[in-house]
Amino acid sequence: MDFLTIIQILDSTIRLATPLLLACLAGLFSERSGIIDIGLEGKMLVSAFFSAAVAAMTGSVWIGLCAGIVSAVLFSLIHGLASITFKGDQLISGVAINFLASGMTVLIAQDWFSQGGRTPSLSGDARFDSLDWPGAVAMRDAFRAERAGDGDPTGLSAIYWDMISGHTILVYVALLAVPVSWYVLFRTRFGLRLRAVGENPAAVDTAGVSVVRLRYASILIAGLLTGLAGAYLSTGLAAGFVKDMTAGRGFIALAALIFAKWRPWYALWACLLFGLLEAVGNRYQNIELVGFELPVQFMQALPYILTVVILAGFVGRAIPPRAGGKPYVKER
Amino acid sequence: MNQATAPAIELKGISKAFGPVQANKDISIRVMPGTIHGIIGENGAGKSTLMSILYGFYKADSGEIFIHGNRTPIPDSQAAIAAGIGMVFQHFKLVENFTVLENVVLGAEEGGRLTPSLSKARKLLKQLSEEYELHVDPDALIQDLGVGMQQRVEILKALYRQADILILDEPTGVLTPAEADHLFRILEGLKREGKTIVLITHKLREIMEITDTVSVMRRGEMTATVKTAETSPEQLAELMVGRKVLLRVDKEPAQPGRVVLEVENLRVIDGKGVERVRGIDLQVRAGEILGVAGVAGNGQSELLEVLGGMRTGTGTIRVNGQEIDLTGKHSDARTRRKRGIAHVPEDRQREGLIMDYYAWENVGFGYHDDPEYNRGWLMNNDALRDDARRKIEKFDVRPADCWLTAKNFSGGNQQKIVIARELERNPDLLLVGQPTRGVDIGAIEFIHQQIVALRDAGKAVLLVSVELDEIMSLSDRIAVMFDGRIMGERLPSETDERELGLLMAGISDTEKPHDAAEVEQNLAHARGKVM
Amino acid sequence: MEKMPKWADVALIPLINLVLALVVSGIVVTLIGEDPFEAMAIMVRGAVGSTYGWGYTLFYATNFIFTGLAVAVAFHAKLFNIGGEGQAQIGSLGVALVCLAIPWPHWILALPVAVIGGALFGAAWAAIPAYLQARRGSHIVITTIMFNFIASALLVYLLVETLKAPGMAPETERFPPGTFLPNARDIFAAVGIEFGRSPLNIAFLLGLLACWLVWLLMWRTKLGYEIRAFGHSESAAVYAGISPFRIVMLAMLISGALAGLMAVNAVMGEQQRLLQDNVLGAGFVGIAVALMGRSHPVGVLLAAILFGALYQGGAELEFETSVPREMIVVIQALVILFTGALDNMVRDPVKRMFLRYGKRDPQPGTTPAE
Repeated sequence: MDFLTIIQILDSTIRLATPLLLACLAGLFSERSGIIDIGLEGKMLVSAFFSAAVAAMTGSVWIGLCAGIVSAVLFSLIHGLASITFKGDQLISGVAINFLASGMTVLIAQDWFSQGGRTPSLSGDARFDSLDWPGAVAMRDAFRAERAGDGDPTGLSAIYWDMISGHTILVYVALLAVPVSWYVLFRTRFGLRLRAVGENPAAVDTAGVSVVRLRYASILIAGLLTGLAGAYLSTGLAAGFVKDMTAGRGFIALAALIFAKWRPWYALWACLLFGLLEAVGNRYQNIELVGFELPVQFMQALPYILTVVILAGFVGRAIPPRAGGKPYVKER
Repeated sequence: MNQATAPAIELKGISKAFGPVQANKDISIRVMPGTIHGIIGENGAGKSTLMSILYGFYKADSGEIFIHGNRTPIPDSQAAIAAGIGMVFQHFKLVENFTVLENVVLGAEEGGRLTPSLSKARKLLKQLSEEYELHVDPDALIQDLGVGMQQRVEILKALYRQADILILDEPTGVLTPAEADHLFRILEGLKREGKTIVLITHKLREIMEITDTVSVMRRGEMTATVKTAETSPEQLAELMVGRKVLLRVDKEPAQPGRVVLEVENLRVIDGKGVERVRGIDLQVRAGEILGVAGVAGNGQSELLEVLGGMRTGTGTIRVNGQEIDLTGKHSDARTRRKRGIAHVPEDRQREGLIMDYYAWENVGFGYHDDPEYNRGWLMNNDALRDDARRKIEKFDVRPADCWLTAKNFSGGNQQKIVIARELERNPDLLLVGQPTRGVDIGAIEFIHQQIVALRDAGKAVLLVSVELDEIMSLSDRIAVMFDGRIMGERLPSETDERELGLLMAGISDTEKPHDAAEVEQNLAHARGKVM
Repeated sequence: MEKMPKWADVALIPLINLVLALVVSGIVVTLIGEDPFEAMAIMVRGAVGSTYGWGYTLFYATNFIFTGLAVAVAFHAKLFNIGGEGQAQIGSLGVALVCLAIPWPHWILALPVAVIGGALFGAAWAAIPAYLQARRGSHIVITTIMFNFIASALLVYLLVETLKAPGMAPETERFPPGTFLPNARDIFAAVGIEFGRSPLNIAFLLGLLACWLVWLLMWRTKLGYEIRAFGHSESAAVYAGISPFRIVMLAMLISGALAGLMAVNAVMGEQQRLLQDNVLGAGFVGIAVALMGRSHPVGVLLAAILFGALYQGGAELEFETSVPREMIVVIQALVILFTGALDNMVRDPVKRMFLRYGKRDPQPGTTPAE
């Protein structure tokens, strides 16, 4: 494995980690407020569909993005209605949302485009372009030119022009969302209340703050972030929507959230790790590791296996927010 | 009406129903500013509901609230806080993994950014602590504090919000007499500052000690409001219950026989690795009731749970001379029952009963593998139902319907189902925890009589209760627990509440005079480890 | 506190929930330009309008009986087993290994061994999440979700690397004919009734038997008494000497075994070879079935038949109109949403209605269950 290959793998790690990260932060806001969200997958999926569909119809990825966010927020509101307003079971609501998204997207795709449950391929302004950082293109050209010659460049510059530069805007948004989330959660009034409501909603209620409003706020943020995640999947990473294209990413994000112990910075590392696993799995079929041959299926299953190991508490215990999963009912 | 003479609180015709249960019925009350007003009543009389309405935690179905003479609708806690009302709930409303400072600030922050709010609160908190003797470390996490300290945080929370009306719901339930005295001194100080205080309690002693006026509630209604100076405990008790009550249990002197239960060097470590029971030795003989007194959280519950097979421990326990398994395969509650140990647990709703099971299913709970209830592979539900009908009749459970689920019975009748199940097994040893918590006075007498009758039948009884009255009146011998140890044993005839109170605070030398500060320090030290 | 008659809880509310789900589904159908009543008619006709339709309906129902019972048994222990899908997948591996192990002379011999194989493998796949829940407190919902993915990866690996039959597709060889289960068509033909060609087979009777056994287990045995008690209150179970570890393990093992049994119907009864995805979401349908059926075997049976009809009717709908099969997934989602998550939306008004028009004597004073 040469240096350039490593850079390429890291480059695709960042791409693949982006939807995970956005979804993971969505789960973070939701679960920190006490609403367990196993419907991340479904919300990403509706957003992926609507952003691709609307982008295909209007030719503008930005309008598509807006449509995706709106759809994910609407699904969030269903979850909120079930788990906040009607104090229903959050897990069951999440399961329902995942199915609803999986069925609806294909249903509508078929009705709108009649292409077997997919959207037309997106191109041009209907997709997110990659942003080239200042000088990146020139550096790449220079590197390639040198390589074509007999020079032996180390390729260190590739860190800049390949790994850092050249992603779509949503990648940078996702990375930026990490410090922003941290700041909001730990340095603002809203964050204090949000964390409190996930630990002991009665404390928030008796302090004169509306539990319902706070939880809806967190759910809306989750909707927004999953909306971005879904839009990135179909208009950034891929060029259009296909059936069930989230392919379990919502659950990997959930796994990353547990891995990250419900903390923004840890979430970044967890998502990068899972993104790396996916990138490596994509590039190599079977990997040889100290004499063992690891099948590609093992690489695909690794995030899930790691999560189970973490949950089992063998590697540091993950303590979820205390009021998570429980609807707030005033005690008598 | 001008501001000076208007009542600080005036409630007019407050009613509130929870489903079919009328918790408050047309209640009116006036509390003058700068006074301490007590609200007394039995469990379930509607005291807490009424005050929760005043604090906006519940919404009243009808009625009006006036604060300082102005009609003030209180639809939520925010409105209550704005009206200058603060409340310390019986179960504290604190965020366990937040600091004291964060808890105090929560909901009363200034501006969107947290840091300025916190630093401002830190200054104010310091000022308040000094003013009212409410010292507490602002950076400590709530989960590391003892209950007494947590209560201070709750009071500080109210003061920080500039409350001039403070409601406290059963504030002494978790405190020793000495800690309670300290709390009362704080309340006196607040009163001097002109604050109005409402104290909800079911303890007559506290009412007599500290309040200026007192209102009595019974079954959702306000039965009387009187000046404390012009009433007596007997009169209040009668108002609470609606008839004359015996505050003492009639019983013959005990006839202790052979030793039934022997406990040697018992130790219990809880799930968090804290040692809750720290080497206990005790004996209970046939035909006697050993009462274990102590402030909640000093290891009594764990003692009971180990004996009942709900926890593991180390040391030696012998029942009828035979050692029982404390950690192994046979340390479970099922095996204990087979060894003749019956257990009336402290919390009947979480432990003693399955609230969604029918009465007849609950009658076999814990004994469900008894051959009497089984036929081969299957359970014999007919036998269970027959047995249930018999017990319901014998113990006068109402309504006498074995097809009702446990949650449809009142607290007293639920407890009767548990007592019937455990006592009818004719055990050698009965473990009883808080037998009358949340039980109406009529049922209390009945339950006490049943326990004494079991003793008179020559059985050993171990009673754990945080109610000193109950311990004093039922026990033949009293052991006081503090910080996981037994501080001393006394005979009820040779001790009094003061001495027991000192023992409960961890002071074994009860002869010499002690000041409150010493008691407090002692408790704080112990709680640092225990809580 | 409940002043609502039992029939309202077990029949009225689920029925209202179902109607709501269907109304919303109808709106969806309208939005995509089809006539909902027409669609409904096609679905009903397709599902129960012929012996062929009934055959498919009951074949699907058999799958859902097993996965529904699996979820229901776990629900009684207050465990949400989302892992039915993975347990059924691994169960199918067990059934396939049994069927491929020897050239079975007759299905009568193969069936009981396949039942054991499917149940054992399904139970084994549930055992790890169960153990982690019971001993380490790992949230079983998350671990079972993870195990679904792991199961699917494992099955793909085995089908690609070790069990693959010669040829392109990652699947095993066809099972020997001695494992073929009697089909409804053949059985009915033996008594002179003509029954359409469908995959309905003898495993349906196995499903009915499972319903009865689960009922017996939950309401007539000590273990069932203990499982339900534990599900209502863990601390009370400990007080009564019921070991939480034992209950979590047993409830999940039974749950996993039931999910694994689905393969007897789907893999042994229909596909007759092990395919990459042989469960096709039936594990998840089990959640909807258990919710609708209020975790009672009779309810599960009825709900399973309903969903079987939905699946068969949905297939017909796709065939006759432009509504794709995914319509079923939408209906299924709505049923889960309304009967599971939005239950209180219907329950509270119904409760209030009974309170108002039922007993009109609010009891003053003592608060039960304070």
